[in-house]
Amino acid sequence: MKKTNVIKAENLTKMFGDFTAVNAITFEVKKGEIFGFLGANGAGKTTAMKMLIGISTPTSGNSEVAGFDVYKNTEDIKKNIGYMSQKFALYDDLTVKENITFFGGIYGLSRTQIKEKRTALINELGLQKVTNELVSSLPLGWKQKLAFSVALLHEPKIIFLDEPTGGVDPITRRQFWEMIYKTAYNGTTVFVTTHYMDEAEYCDRVSIMVDGKIEALDTPKELKKQYKVASMNDVFLKLARG
Amino acid sequence: MGRVGDGMKRFIGFIKKEFYHIFRDRRSLFILFGMPIAQIMLFGFAITNEINNVDIAILDKSKDATTKEIINKISSSNYFSNREAIENEAEIEAVFKKGKVKAVLIFENDFSKKLIKENKATIQIITDATDPNTANTISNFTNSILRKYQQEINKDIKIAYQIIPQTKMAYNAELKSVFMFVPGVMTIILMLVSAMMTSISITKEKELGTMEILLVSPLKPFQVIIGKVVPYIFLSIINAVVIIALSIFIFKMPVQGSLFLLGAESVLFIINALSLGILISTISETQQTAMMVSLMGLLLPVMLLSGFIFPISSMPNILQIISTIIPATWYIIILKGIMLKGVGLAILWKETLILLGMTVFFMVLSIKKYKIRLE
Repeated sequence: MKKTNVIKAENLTKMFGDFTAVNAITFEVKKGEIFGFLGANGAGKTTAMKMLIGISTPTSGNSEVAGFDVYKNTEDIKKNIGYMSQKFALYDDLTVKENITFFGGIYGLSRTQIKEKRTALINELGLQKVTNELVSSLPLGWKQKLAFSVALLHEPKIIFLDEPTGGVDPITRRQFWEMIYKTAYNGTTVFVTTHYMDEAEYCDRVSIMVDGKIEALDTPKELKKQYKVASMNDVFLKLARG
Repeated sequence: MGRVGDGMKRFIGFIKKEFYHIFRDRRSLFILFGMPIAQIMLFGFAITNEINNVDIAILDKSKDATTKEIINKISSSNYFSNREAIENEAEIEAVFKKGKVKAVLIFENDFSKKLIKENKATIQIITDATDPNTANTISNFTNSILRKYQQEINKDIKIAYQIIPQTKMAYNAELKSVFMFVPGVMTIILMLVSAMMTSISITKEKELGTMEILLVSPLKPFQVIIGKVVPYIFLSIINAVVIIALSIFIFKMPVQGSLFLLGAESVLFIINALSLGILISTISETQQTAMMVSLMGLLLPVMLLSGFIFPISSMPNILQIISTIIPATWYIIILKGIMLKGVGLAILWKETLILLGMTVFFMVLSIKKYKIRLE
C-alpha cells in the first residue's frame, strides 16, 4: 500500500537579513501520518511552519503542501489546511455556537453545511449545555478541543498544530491525543509541533530541528535505537547539546 | 456570481462578529457612545454658563429713542447681567482694566437721525479678547440681537434701515482661531473612535492569536483589515451625526454651509484616522501599546497642536510647522469653515486636497507596513 506525500520540502530556507532562521530543510510527510516537528525554542520550528501554511514566503528552496506550491498557490493551500495555535485562538466574547458559525463562514461553508457540522460537533464534544455560553466561561481543556474541532470544520487534508497541548493537564492532553489519533485514522494528516517529549513518542515519525536544520528524522523507535537511549527525551537532549 | 456571493457572505459574517465584539464590551460602548455625548455636553454647558453672567458697559452718545430701545433689548436678554453706563471714550480702558466688564457698546452721535436720514447708523462693539472664546460669543450674541431688531424695524418700511455693528477684539487682535468647541470635539471623537478603537481591536486579535488564524484562513489580508475597519467607519459616521445633531438642537449652533460637504469631508477624515489606526496596529504588539501610542501620538497633538484649544497663530514657529503635518489641523479648519463661516469647496479646496493627500499617504504606508509584518 503506497501512500502519497502531502507535504514535500526541498532545501526550504528562510533568511531574515543575515540570520538564517531555517537552513535548507528537506523532508516529506505522508497522507494520514502524524508527523512530530520538534525543536527547542528559536530552532526555527515556527518559521518553517509559517512557510508551509502560506503566511511566509521562503527565501529559497521548494515546497508543496497538499499538492500546491508555497510560492504560487498559497490561496489553494489555505483552503486545504487547518491550523490551530498554542493559544487555542477562539473569540472569548462570542458563544460556542457563534464561534463555530464564524469560522465555518470564513472557510466558505454554506449555511446548511455549517448548521449540520455545528450540531454534529456540539454533540460529539458534549457541549450541548454550553452552546450559547461565551467561550470565556469554558475550561481550558474544552476550549482546546473546541479549537481543534473548529480547525477541522472545513475537512482539511492536513492539520497543523502549533504546540497544541501547552498549559493543559495530563488527562486533558491524553484525551486530546485521542482526538489526534482519530483524525489521522480518518485520513487527515497531522503536522504537530510540541516540546513535550512524551508526546513525541505518540507520533508516527519525528523530526528534530537544531539551529535551523533538521538534525534527525525517523520513527521514535528508530531514533531511540540510533542514539542508543531509552526515551525521546534523551534523544532530544543528545541532539540539543550537540 | 457564486464566488462574489461567497465573498460577500464571508464579509457579512465578519462584520457581524465585529459588532458582537463591540456591543459586548462595556468599555468600547462607553467610548463609542458615552464619550461623544458627555464631551459635547461638558464643553457646551461650560461655555453657555460663562456667557450668562457677563457685565457690559455702554457709551451712548446720542441717547435717543432708538438707542434706548436697543439697550433695552440687550439688557432683557439673559446673556448680560449688569450694565454700566459710561460717558466718554477715556473711560473704556478703565472699565476693561477693572476686569469685570467684558464688552463695551458705543452708539455714535445722532443715532436715530442718521438711521432715518441716511438709512444707516453704527454701533461699535469692543470686547475683551483676553478670553477669546467669551469675546467671540459676546460679539455674536450682540450681533444677533441687532440683526433681529433691524428686521423688526424694517418690517413696514420700503428702504431698509441698516445698523452696522463694528466689532473690535481688544487685546488679542489675532483672533483667527477662536476656540469653537464643536469642530474640536468632533475631531477628537472621530480620531478616538476611528484610530484608537481600530488599532486596539486589531491588536486584540494579534494578542489573542486569532489574527494568525484569520491569516491562515482563505480570507485575504486586506479582507481581514477591511472587515475590521468597516464597522468603525459606520460607527464614526453615526457619531458625527450625533455630535452635529446635539450641537444644532441643544446648543443652537448654526451650520451655515452644506451638510453634504460636511459629511463628505468627515468621511475623508474618518478614513484618514482609520489608516493611522491600522498603522499603529502594525507597530504595536499589545492592546495597551496601541492605546498608549494612540493617546500620545494622536490624541495629544490633536488636543494641543491642531488649533482646537490653542490658536496656532500664537504658537512658536516649530510648533506651527508641526501643526501643519497633523491631519486634524486641516479638518478643524474645514469644519470651522463649513459650520461657522458657511464656505464651500471654492474656499476649502486647498485644505481638502491636503487632507486627501495625507489620507492616501497614510493608507499606502499602512498597507505596506502591514504587508511587511506578514513576511
